[in-house]
Amino acid sequence: MPHNTINQEEILQSPAFKKLVSRRWAVSLLLTLIILFIYIGFLLLVAYNKELLGTKIGSQITLAIPVGLGIIFIAWVLTGIYVYWANNSYDPAVEEIKKKL
Amino acid sequence: MITTPSLLLQVTGTPSASTLGTANPVSMGMFFLFVAVTLYITYWAAKKTKTGSEFYAAGRNISGFQNGLALAGDYMSAASFLGIAGMVATKGYDGLIYSIGFLVGWPLIMFLIAEPLRNLGKYTFADVVAYRLRQRPIRIISSVGSLLTISFYLIAQMVGAGGLIKTLFGLQYELAVVVVGCVMTMYVLFGGMLATTWVQIIKAVLLLSGATILVLLSLAKFGFSPTNLFQSVTTQYGDSMLAPGGFITNPLDSLSLGLALMLGTAGLPHILMRFYTVPDAKAARKSVFVATGFIGYFYLLTFLIGFSAMALVGKPTIESIDKGGNMAALLLAEQTGGTAFLGFIAAVAFATILAVVAGLTLSGASSISHDLYVHVFKKGVSDEKGEMKVARRATIALGILSILLGLVFKGQNVAFMVGLAFSIAASANFPALLMSIIWKRFTTLGAVWSIATGALLSLVLIVLSPTIWVDILHNETAIFPLKNPALVSMTGAFVAGIVVSLLQPEPAAAAKFESEKLRTYLGVGAE
Repeated sequence: MPHNTINQEEILQSPAFKKLVSRRWAVSLLLTLIILFIYIGFLLLVAYNKELLGTKIGSQITLAIPVGLGIIFIAWVLTGIYVYWANNSYDPAVEEIKKKL
Repeated sequence: MITTPSLLLQVTGTPSASTLGTANPVSMGMFFLFVAVTLYITYWAAKKTKTGSEFYAAGRNISGFQNGLALAGDYMSAASFLGIAGMVATKGYDGLIYSIGFLVGWPLIMFLIAEPLRNLGKYTFADVVAYRLRQRPIRIISSVGSLLTISFYLIAQMVGAGGLIKTLFGLQYELAVVVVGCVMTMYVLFGGMLATTWVQIIKAVLLLSGATILVLLSLAKFGFSPTNLFQSVTTQYGDSMLAPGGFITNPLDSLSLGLALMLGTAGLPHILMRFYTVPDAKAARKSVFVATGFIGYFYLLTFLIGFSAMALVGKPTIESIDKGGNMAALLLAEQTGGTAFLGFIAAVAFATILAVVAGLTLSGASSISHDLYVHVFKKGVSDEKGEMKVARRATIALGILSILLGLVFKGQNVAFMVGLAFSIAASANFPALLMSIIWKRFTTLGAVWSIATGALLSLVLIVLSPTIWVDILHNETAIFPLKNPALVSMTGAFVAGIVVSLLQPEPAAAAKFESEKLRTYLGVGAE
């Protein structure tokens, strides 16, 4: 289908499509860097500053506990942010472009 | 201990207070009920499993939420339930560092892999890598990566299963291995992905509710106050239990293990395969969110279970039964809920092993039939009937193989194998998959070298590492200093892939990268 191919080529070259792809990776890579930063930061903290994590915050609980459980929670929240962004921003943009196909 | 938690039981004795190791009618009954229900589901699924897409991908009719539960089920193995609870129970806070490593891989699957994987692939992750590259070399080398990952994971699970069942039910090791091997083969052989998914969902619900009840029963002893629980822990065993201890001594070591746990998750064939069971990229995305939530909740539970076991059962008792603390959750169940509840939790642990090995076997069989048979031996000319026949034969072969491996490795120290499986997944599978998705100039030769380098470096370095060279072969010092090779082997895989691709460009592959974007980002033409 030559017509279809030209149409596909047009879409690939269109600013809307290019913006879609670059925005998708901007969001993904930003979120990836956040989780990598948090996790590697945590490992380094565990390796180099155990005392800080052992600090008591309250009668029994050490700082290590909210930090550790917090990372699990943040990881989940980040996936939620991505889903929210993709459902409300990425998907509509995809539909918009697909109409032209 | 920096190797991945294992289910290797070094049973030294059972205290008179525990009924562990004797046949427990409740656990036997519960377990038979689970097997009966799941085999009935398999019978139901078998009627709906005729075509390739039904066998490999449950007809792509699983909802995002269901797939999220099934993903969580695939990931919450008995090793993470009993192993991590046991690590917390014996070593305190350090056990949580493991859980975090296992969990943070999930956001990465979401951000980097899930949607392109769903849009570009059909049944296996090799579909994505091979999409614009030359089929035969890619299929051969990626099935090597897949099958290595699956084999090491399977050995660890089977040996763990035999030992666990022996301790739980007093059943013979060999018999346990054969039962697990046969039942899971039936799920996969007759029910394909549909049965495997529902087994996984049922098991995930049972495991999550069982662990929740266990936490509630335990916290009840502390007036439902975690602070009281932690106070009891520190009064008995000192403040050090609530802070990082000896887990991380060498930062490079911890980084290497951390990378293996994190990125290995994004390279596990049985996890990646699940993304083809949902209708589209949107559902794939939802399933990662759901899976991450359930897995995170599960790790919170194992954390509390570990500390409750430490406080209520006591470290010496836990360690007297198994050095690694693997029986901590079960001892706690017996202490808080009596023999009947112990039986329930034991049956759940057994069901967990069954479901995980079924998922592994299915992904191994797809790699053999879809990647090797169709794309290598038949050169891509797929004859559905022939492919199904090969898929089913591969399932039987893998079932027999897993039983044999379970028997051969009886009593061996296979704790390192889960860590090795994650290292190969992070080094052989993940870099090639990621580069094929994001890098235009990635070539066939680059992919072959990347996968081969990642797999070989993982295998060779783990033998030279303290994990095998010192702990198993009893040499004085290790030739390679890190306990998990991922830091080096994964870097090596990326470097090999990049260098080889740049040295010998593949214009056809680069050109196809542009046209595949419609499918990657818009889902146009996705199956």
